[in-house]
Amino acid sequence: MSTGEKLVQLVIVIALFVGVMAVVLVIADRLKSKRGESLQTVAFLLPAVLMIGIGLLYPAVRTMYESFRNAASTGFVGFENYQTIFTNGDQLTVLRNTALWVILTPILATFIGLVYAILIDRSRFEKFAKALIFLPMAISLVGASLIWKFVYDYRSTENDQIGLANQILKSLGFDTYRFLLTDPWNTIFLVVILIWVQAGFAMTILSASIKAIPDDIVEAAKLDGVSGVRMFRYITVPSIRPSLIVVLTAISITTLKVFDIVRTATGGNFKTSVLAYEFYVQSFRSFNNGLGAALAVLLFVLVLPIVIYNIRQMRRLEAQ
Amino acid sequence: MRSPKARRGVASVAILLSAGLTLAACGGDDSSEATGKTNTAGGTSPGEGKAECEQLTGFGDLTGKEVNVYTSILPPEQQAHEDSYKLFTECTGAKVNYEGSAEFEAQLVVRVRSGNPPDIAYVPQPGLLNTLVTDTGKVVAPPDAVAKNVDDFFGEDWKSYGTVDGTFYAAPLGANVKSFVWYSPQTFKDNGWEIPKTWDEMIALSDKIVQEGKMKPWCAGIGSGEATGWPATDWLEDVVLRAAGPDVYDQWVNHEIPFNDPKIVDSLDKVGAILKNDDYVNGGLGDVKSIATTTFQDAGLPILKDECAMHRQASFYAANWPEGTKVAEDGDVFAFYLPPMSEEFGNPVLGGGEFVAAFNDEPATQALQVYLSSDVWANEKAKATPAGGWVSANKGLEVDNLASPIDRLSAETLQDPDAVFRFDGSDQMPGAVGAGSFWKEMTAWITGQSTQDTLDGIESSWPSS
Repeated sequence: MSTGEKLVQLVIVIALFVGVMAVVLVIADRLKSKRGESLQTVAFLLPAVLMIGIGLLYPAVRTMYESFRNAASTGFVGFENYQTIFTNGDQLTVLRNTALWVILTPILATFIGLVYAILIDRSRFEKFAKALIFLPMAISLVGASLIWKFVYDYRSTENDQIGLANQILKSLGFDTYRFLLTDPWNTIFLVVILIWVQAGFAMTILSASIKAIPDDIVEAAKLDGVSGVRMFRYITVPSIRPSLIVVLTAISITTLKVFDIVRTATGGNFKTSVLAYEFYVQSFRSFNNGLGAALAVLLFVLVLPIVIYNIRQMRRLEAQ
Repeated sequence: MRSPKARRGVASVAILLSAGLTLAACGGDDSSEATGKTNTAGGTSPGEGKAECEQLTGFGDLTGKEVNVYTSILPPEQQAHEDSYKLFTECTGAKVNYEGSAEFEAQLVVRVRSGNPPDIAYVPQPGLLNTLVTDTGKVVAPPDAVAKNVDDFFGEDWKSYGTVDGTFYAAPLGANVKSFVWYSPQTFKDNGWEIPKTWDEMIALSDKIVQEGKMKPWCAGIGSGEATGWPATDWLEDVVLRAAGPDVYDQWVNHEIPFNDPKIVDSLDKVGAILKNDDYVNGGLGDVKSIATTTFQDAGLPILKDECAMHRQASFYAANWPEGTKVAEDGDVFAFYLPPMSEEFGNPVLGGGEFVAAFNDEPATQALQVYLSSDVWANEKAKATPAGGWVSANKGLEVDNLASPIDRLSAETLQDPDAVFRFDGSDQMPGAVGAGSFWKEMTAWITGQSTQDTLDGIESSWPSS
């Protein structure tokens, strides 16, 4: 298809869309009765429902269906793909890494963000300090990974270092270290990258939340002689609990889907692969549709409860 | 929208469908049978009467037609490819649209499955061609003229790599020779080292270099992003060809013997004797483990700094030397043929290349297939590549048309009557192995995993179906 043909098609499609919407609007306008109103609702909802059906529901159901089929999607294999995920050595490493990511990233990123937010709260240089930790948020994960790849770069001790981390080690008199090669620690060094990016997000939300704690509560506590760590433990944390949970769950979801960092930094080598990356590798590199789909479904199953919990907390937060 | 019917009636229904849903009629039709039939557009070809257009005039007047080519070949090599289509356009009137992608392997299968295939794809792996033919059924066999060209200009083996289940689908396009060792002619001369003619001589030379202590004999690197590990698979394939022979190699690639057969274990140990030997590697880069993290592009560069003497890598490594490096027999760097281990198996040559797969049998598509498989194109392409870096196994290719000395050496190596050519093994294996476990396990092997565990791991990942 030439560019001209594509353009013509595009214009026709847009005209068609406008036409359909016009018809919907005209019909909706004509019907003013009670029954007409429900018809109106249906008319307006229908396009959205159709889009969700085609764009979301159909692929989801299809993926589940494929996860029970073989590599080329030509026959059923039952639960074999799922069995592979939980028995094959490589896949177990993937699960282990995913667990490491999901446990470490949200907790550490939230913790660092929270401590930071409290430390800089109402200080003179608050705005500057906030900007400093928020900046990494503006970098794409691929960009962040590239930066950290340089930080982690390895040269043997006697050579000149180009990696910051190894230069520091060398200056302190230690041997240089292969940050991205030695498993399982390499996964933790990759986790650091995501924490670096996400701590700013946690800090922003939590800082706003801390500022929203009513002054009278804080003052009452002070009158009762509460201060320092106990203030943090009994006043601050309970007051911002809903935001804490939203931050934790939001970072958890991001972490489960982490793909860019692993692909950019190690390409899944040296036992650093995670679910979202392995799903891509199986589907598009190894052409194992079945296993790829099964990994995707597993990812979906893992994310689902967190998403539901997250939405509930958000609602509660809004209700407050 | 290639089919005339769809083009004639721009019915609104069709547009609605193509807007939201996948329109099955839009893509190539499902006919994957080997017709071998030549389709023609009728009319008089613009190239009528010109000698070099002889093969193409039969397709008639293709003026205004377009052929979309999808490939993994990116700039700067892209330009030479596009230049080589000029004659085709003059002869037939059809235009060639070239689209390169770094995500070619993954995207091609997605495009074909979703009913949006290109007209022609340059598939660099026979394994991927096999997947396309058997899993999608959308590859269309070329007209008889292509098969005849391949019979005339390529060896039997090259034809077999484009053949799936006895049906010929794809003609070879470019080629590369992997069995090369890069070295510095100057350094060799200064130190009085001879280019080794046998494997034993090469090991003896390596030992001598270790003793002299001026540099490490070898440098290596297998880092390549997602594809990390592939240079190590080439090492193993080259050694299997030399130590166990082409027949065992074929059985191994086709999984007629297990991946962890004792002969393969022995071959990998022979590779390990070089790559996992701390005395031999890794010139200027670190210890054995540094091979895993050094990109293959950087790996050979210490040769220029006299930090290592030899680097085994394919002919296309010529492009990686810094600007101003003279690649010639009397220059800064050049390559010698990785020597054989015994006379028993002749001179094994490991290589790679691309294959032209078509997804429809439109006259313009078929005409381009014929053109690309001909000796005319091979020479056109050579002339369109003045900077060098391209070679073909096409026997009609005149070596004098190749610009660079390393290309000429590659072409001579490919056309050598004593050469026992074999296609890169990992490219022929199923994707799960060839682009998956083989790379990954070889990377683990370099970082310390045992030979037996490595080969066992790959064997267990071979798809059962």
